[in-house]
Amino acid sequence: MRLLTHNMLSSNIKGVVNGFPLRIEAEKVVEKTVEMNGEFLKKMFEKIDWKAFVDASWAMGYTELPEEADSSMLDSDEFLNRFHHALLELHLEEGALVCPETGRRFPVNKGIPNMLLHEDEV
Amino acid sequence: MWYLCVFFHRLLDYRRPEVESLAQLFASFEDPQNGDVPSQLQWKLPPHYHADSPFHFVNLPSEQLARKIANRSILVKGMYELWGEGGSYEELKESVLSYPDERKLSYLDSDSTFKITVDSFGKVISLEEQKELIHGLSYIPFKGRVKLKNPDHNFWLIEVDNYGGNNGLPPIVQKRIFFGREVGVADRKLIPTYQLKSRNYLGPTAMDAEMAFLMANQALATSGTLIYDPFVGTGSILVAAAHFGAMTMGADIDIRVVRDGRGPDRNVWSNFKQYGLPMPLGLLRADNNLPPWRPMLKEVFDAIICDPPYGVRAGGRKSGGRKLLKGAVQPYTVPDDKRTDHIPSTAPYSLVECVHDLLDLAAKMLVMGGRLVFFYPVLREEDFKETHFPEHPCFKLISSSEQILSSRYSRVLLTMVKTGPYTEEIAEAARIKHIEFKENHLKWLEDGNLHSAVFSPADAQLTEAGDSKFTKDPKPKYRGKYV
Repeated sequence: MRLLTHNMLSSNIKGVVNGFPLRIEAEKVVEKTVEMNGEFLKKMFEKIDWKAFVDASWAMGYTELPEEADSSMLDSDEFLNRFHHALLELHLEEGALVCPETGRRFPVNKGIPNMLLHEDEV
Repeated sequence: MWYLCVFFHRLLDYRRPEVESLAQLFASFEDPQNGDVPSQLQWKLPPHYHADSPFHFVNLPSEQLARKIANRSILVKGMYELWGEGGSYEELKESVLSYPDERKLSYLDSDSTFKITVDSFGKVISLEEQKELIHGLSYIPFKGRVKLKNPDHNFWLIEVDNYGGNNGLPPIVQKRIFFGREVGVADRKLIPTYQLKSRNYLGPTAMDAEMAFLMANQALATSGTLIYDPFVGTGSILVAAAHFGAMTMGADIDIRVVRDGRGPDRNVWSNFKQYGLPMPLGLLRADNNLPPWRPMLKEVFDAIICDPPYGVRAGGRKSGGRKLLKGAVQPYTVPDDKRTDHIPSTAPYSLVECVHDLLDLAAKMLVMGGRLVFFYPVLREEDFKETHFPEHPCFKLISSSEQILSSRYSRVLLTMVKTGPYTEEIAEAARIKHIEFKENHLKWLEDGNLHSAVFSPADAQLTEAGDSKFTKDPKPKYRGKYV
């Protein structure tokens, strides 16, 4: 699971109001090189919740992202490279996503987050 | 300018919408300021031709656009600048001679190389005859050198004949001869490269390569776009989108399919690796009925493409036990020590509900102008023209293409464009519309009715329909809708 996916997900357990962001419990993080697409990154930047993104990158052991960011920074290659790396090249291979409100763990195995709810959560 | 657009003689309903989608894609790509290219192109047919014939004329603003469309299209065999046409070779000659010289001479130059190909539809022309026909074109002042491999200019002589009729059905073409210069042709290696029989990891409902590419074209998949499939399965549709450069994302409720596959080298990821395509940006296990996207997230996907489970080959599932949702058993709590390995029960997910959830998700998650492309089943017993497709206030239906699957049912590929933003009021209006739609048109789709309509024995149907069945005309063997 990449941080892009993490930034889009929330806990949708019945009754949970603030299911975002999910806390990352990382057991195994891998890096995979992906070709950079500047246009795509710029588009995604608008959709990202930056604070949750930075926190997630810390949980994955990557600390190079600035705490705050605005779209003017996209002109800097250095920033774009870091954004690209954190958004698309860091993978949570094994671990869990934890609901901030209830503490429910959504397991991540082989890079696939399992967001399916139990019967009593629907 | 008008171009002769020759299609492959298959998936008739899908052909014009594909060209229109590609025109839109390339036109807006070339000039981003002018995103408003008419979604409806101008079309013409040769005199007395039926729309099911492979020969159409299309009006396109530039040759470059015509070439790009032909190169990427799955159903266009070629685009040609027509130099002449006629019902006989005499008429053709007259027509070619009267075509303006300034359009012809630069392609007949002595520095250039060329090749003439003879093609036919509805008849076979022997090599001897082909040679004769080519020699018969000596009235055109070709000055260049003949080169059979990679010539500068390709010319085509296409003879169409209504040979022998069509299983006793009315003719779709009349004898006609076209001569034209090739502007662009289809990439014929694409489908064999991606055909399912060489695919590493397959599921029972994997989308065949040709159809997957058509869906990706309808979705305007291209570099820099993000495309989502909520019923990803083995990824067969996303593979096609990724081939065209799109970033992909998929979800499925069956974790075995998305996570495990059939081992480390036979899973969804390996299907992308097999063709050297970039991996999906994300795969997850999620329920389309209860999507896990964060509430504030909106307008992030450029297209959503999918083949929803409509209960014929595979049925849909959603969270919550069957008995639980009906209220037959009391809600229960999973004990804490059993949570980790607990396998949540699922309930059948009717198509009606599934399509409603899909439209709601798409209305929220698609960018403005984004496309929702999905299959919708139709029973053929009913008159196709009276079929009502699902609607949503945020969407405009731009094409519906039928593919006949058996004598009883077909599936229709619907392409919808998001034309209005998603708001709470719209979501509510859509829900009311959905209930109305469900009550009026969809009784037959619920709870496995579609499955029984497709698979019940023929005898049962005969007794149900009584004698009227016997007086009914047998269905045409020809796979067009009108002839």
